[in-house]
Amino acid sequence: MELEYFILFLPLLAAFISGFLGKFIGHRSSEIITSLFTSVSAILSILIFYKVVDQSYENNIIIATWLNSGSLNVNWSIKIDALSSVMLVVVTLISALVHIYSIGYMSHDPHRSRFMAYLSLFTFSMLTLVTSDNFLQLFFGWEGVGLCSYFLIGFWFKKESANAAAIKAFIVNRVGDFGFALGIFLIFYLFGTINYDEVFQQIPQIINKEIEFFGIDLNAINLICILLFIGAMGKSAQIFLHTWLPDAMEGPTPVSALIHAATMVTAGVFLVVRCSPIYEYSQLALSLITIVGMTTALFAASVALAQNDIKKIIAYSTCSQLGYMFFATGVGAYNVAMFHLFTHAFFKALLFLGSGSVIHSFKDEQDINQMGGVWKSLPYTYVLMVVGTLALTGFPFLSGFYSKDAIIEFAYLRGSTTGYYAAIIGIFTALLTSIYSWRLIFKTFHGSYNNKKMDIKSIHDSPMVMILPLLILAIGAIGAGYLFKDLFIGNNISYEFWGSSIKFLKPLSEDHPPIWFMFLTPVLVVIPIPFSFYLFVKNKNFVEKIVEGNKSLYLFLKNKWYFDELYEFIFVKSLKKAGLYLWKKIDGDFIDKFGPDGISKLIKILSLKAVKFQSGYIYQYAFVMLIGFSILLTFLIIK
Amino acid sequence: MNIPILSSLILLPTVGAFFIFFAKSNKKKYQSSKYVALFISLANFLLSLYLWFIFDNTVSEFQFVENRKWIAGFVNYKVGVDGISILFIILTTFITPLCIISVNSTIENRLKDFLVAILLMETLMIGVFCSLDLLVFYLFFEGGLIPMFLIIGIWGGERRVYSAFKFFLYTLLGSVLMLIAIISIYWITGTTDVEKLYEIGIDVKYQNLLWLAFFTSFAVKTPMWPVHTWLPDAHVEAPTAGSVLLAAILLKMAGYGFIRFSLGLFPVASEYFIPLIYLLSLVAIIYTSLVALMQDDMKKLIAYSSVAHMGFVTLGIFTMTQQGIEGSIFQMVSHGLLSAALFLSVGVIYDRMHTRLISQYGGIVSIMPKYAIVFMIFTLGAIGLPGTTGFIGEFLILMGTFKKNFLVATIASLGVILAAAYMLWLYKRVIFGKLTNDNLKKMVDLKKSEILILWSLAVPTILFGFYPEPLINTIEVSVSNLIEMYNLNVENYLVKNSQ
Repeated sequence: MELEYFILFLPLLAAFISGFLGKFIGHRSSEIITSLFTSVSAILSILIFYKVVDQSYENNIIIATWLNSGSLNVNWSIKIDALSSVMLVVVTLISALVHIYSIGYMSHDPHRSRFMAYLSLFTFSMLTLVTSDNFLQLFFGWEGVGLCSYFLIGFWFKKESANAAAIKAFIVNRVGDFGFALGIFLIFYLFGTINYDEVFQQIPQIINKEIEFFGIDLNAINLICILLFIGAMGKSAQIFLHTWLPDAMEGPTPVSALIHAATMVTAGVFLVVRCSPIYEYSQLALSLITIVGMTTALFAASVALAQNDIKKIIAYSTCSQLGYMFFATGVGAYNVAMFHLFTHAFFKALLFLGSGSVIHSFKDEQDINQMGGVWKSLPYTYVLMVVGTLALTGFPFLSGFYSKDAIIEFAYLRGSTTGYYAAIIGIFTALLTSIYSWRLIFKTFHGSYNNKKMDIKSIHDSPMVMILPLLILAIGAIGAGYLFKDLFIGNNISYEFWGSSIKFLKPLSEDHPPIWFMFLTPVLVVIPIPFSFYLFVKNKNFVEKIVEGNKSLYLFLKNKWYFDELYEFIFVKSLKKAGLYLWKKIDGDFIDKFGPDGISKLIKILSLKAVKFQSGYIYQYAFVMLIGFSILLTFLIIK
Repeated sequence: MNIPILSSLILLPTVGAFFIFFAKSNKKKYQSSKYVALFISLANFLLSLYLWFIFDNTVSEFQFVENRKWIAGFVNYKVGVDGISILFIILTTFITPLCIISVNSTIENRLKDFLVAILLMETLMIGVFCSLDLLVFYLFFEGGLIPMFLIIGIWGGERRVYSAFKFFLYTLLGSVLMLIAIISIYWITGTTDVEKLYEIGIDVKYQNLLWLAFFTSFAVKTPMWPVHTWLPDAHVEAPTAGSVLLAAILLKMAGYGFIRFSLGLFPVASEYFIPLIYLLSLVAIIYTSLVALMQDDMKKLIAYSSVAHMGFVTLGIFTMTQQGIEGSIFQMVSHGLLSAALFLSVGVIYDRMHTRLISQYGGIVSIMPKYAIVFMIFTLGAIGLPGTTGFIGEFLILMGTFKKNFLVATIASLGVILAAAYMLWLYKRVIFGKLTNDNLKKMVDLKKSEILILWSLAVPTILFGFYPEPLINTIEVSVSNLIEMYNLNVENYLVKNSQ
């Protein structure tokens, strides 16, 4: 049996054992089995990744037939190439670390086995998503991870807000999936197959094909790309379909690190990169992706400035970083997007798990206004969070520096108007990122201690089982950028590495932007550190004055641009109203009233009238007979 | 001599029903009639599996055909199966024993009569799926009305009489028209033999009217909008086993009828009426999904969701594409399993609490974790999650529809979002949250018999979601043959018209 089978099915097996046998084998065994299995899966993934780097290894295993209907043939498959091997490493590595971390984080939860089972099941779904060789299995994994995300967000099922968030996540994602599914239908309609390789081969032949959609003639490739991108927007929480991600923070923090930072939310980026052989032919879709990406990056960063929930700040930060990845794909730099996805997985998982450690120490407090001054009590967590923040903001020579700056540079080098705009917005967002990230660090760890419920002496750092995964992530956050930059985005090596898994119609520019431009971002990223320290630790009144002065702007940001209120009004309320109206008025007062109830009433009335004829008096009957007889006679005579 | 396997399938339940009916009733051994019924129905299930096993899915002709003179020179008792009918027969024989197991203390009085009614239903439903003569089909099709009417009317809830009559009134309206159409077909062609009619075809000038007459009957039974309002009432009042039979099998008779008769006998008219079907299906999908969202009664919610799911079925059938029709058949089997499962799931908590109101529940996952798991599986099936049968059906249907009409497929896909909304919301309100109603604390988790029933439905839901091949292979040849025949007829007509 090939290694790939173990990578894929070990997490599934772990999920079954922990989910169904958890009661019998005990929580501790479940935790060990799931962590062990995913760790083995991670080690095997790294082996595969090494094979791909070393020998340009590729493989496409067909596990079994799934669906055969007419000309539609779909298999369960494992496709290994450069792209999926990178995803394998990201998914299994972060998953294994999160499993181990959860042993500590969830140690008091009565449903730990179930939690571990969900995590493993999620890992399996995510792996089927990234290793698919066709769109249907991709869709299976796509909805599968959505389901696990639903389970995990709503894990604390007694919390009303957690349940609501879980449903919201599922349904908003379904809206994205709706576009995605239509994209798949269109692909099948045009090519008669939904297998990647077969579809990608045929793309150049239909470049000029137009199809009519809702009375408008559209280029077929543009339409496919846009429909698929709607799916990607849902999963990767891009603006308009982003509302579920901040709410998803209701789930336990390890879930946020694994699903809502490192892996699932990057599936949308993966989809676009996977479909680069299609996107390369659609300038329209690429421009759209750039615009959506940069808007999201800016929007989410602006909202993150005004949030007080430690996890929500990081969630918006994730949203914003995903925007960066998208606009990288939009300017055609798919490999750079993957590079940022890769480095982001480390430092964002680190930040989330670090914040989990803080929350754990504060006994489930998440408001950063209730913290402060605890850096001495939480030394490990503090240092690790700072490392994560430095990496996220793109502090020179840490991993975020290489990937984020590369995105901004390639946007600039693209030379188009959208490219320049994206570069400018990218730089500005990097500045905002630095401000909100340092605000989080300073308000959480520095200044005065603000929590009235707990004594500062009772704040202790988390156990080693939680710190150890953080250490490994921190190594990645520091070194992943430097170590892998040549492989992922180097001039020649990277093309060799990515091989056929990413298509570039024309190679990326090898120029460098002007020197001043290259120094701009790092400088803008470093300046806010002392600046934030002054604002959020030394002179808090100054911030309050700014807030007072721009109350409406502050509220606009704090309320997340009022997206939730708008959607509640447009969709939720009106659909509920429509449902009620159709049920009570149309079904009840119209169809039933004039249908069955009406008919039976009519029959009743008619029969009551008919009853009157049966009066029982012979002379009445005789009279009627006489009339009838005379009419008949008259009729015969006239005829 | 060959054993007449189809007649055996049809008659075995009736024989069992007679046996139970005439056996001496004994208060003490009154459970024993349940075992007899269970035994009979299980035997029938095995027999139908054997039928599936020896069925040859590589040929498109009807197999195991039996043809006996009945009313000399007029009607023959003719039965036979192709790939399409076989799946429905197995669905029927599979659901019936589960229904019988599910009958418990809820049916307090006249248990014997109830079992007799269920077994008679089984006979009639199997008859529907293998008749190859229009009049025989009609008798089985309408005969099914009577036991159902009794099940609702006798063992139903408070408003059972109103519901039973509403059900009767609606379905009667359709059947009268269908009977007239069948008689007309006999006058026009001189036969009611389906195979012969496929060969000789029916003159195009009569097709539209005849199609409409059949359509009326099928539309009521499906049910399609706007003749769907009997369904929620019937479900709410019917006892659990009745709801299960109604949703899982009775509704499928109409879908089957559309495929077998509307497409098969009146291809030109079917082509003509496609826009009507699309429109009504879309209304059914969107309208009833919205209505389902607002229900406060669990059974009503699932009943409305049935209408939406059947909307997908009618949509898929009239795409005349391999994916569309196969998807529809698959969706019917899937809905058979899932609606049965959902009604049984509601039955489980109804038996404990005697209320169907969603607001009375909440937080029962802490008391009934086993129940929460299976109910989740069925919920996911109903929202068409990949890996369940619900997904395969809906996905194939939408894929087929998209080939024919982008707009229709797009609107129908919106229904998939709504389905997630009403099902997950239902699940949340019943299962999750805090335990607020103190009465709920007395509830006990699933009993052995309930575990058996629900898991026997959950396993195929998942199994065929991951590996639908056995089902699709069975229908593949029959469906492609049907489409070929259909296209040939329509083309011939168009060529003739243009000359």
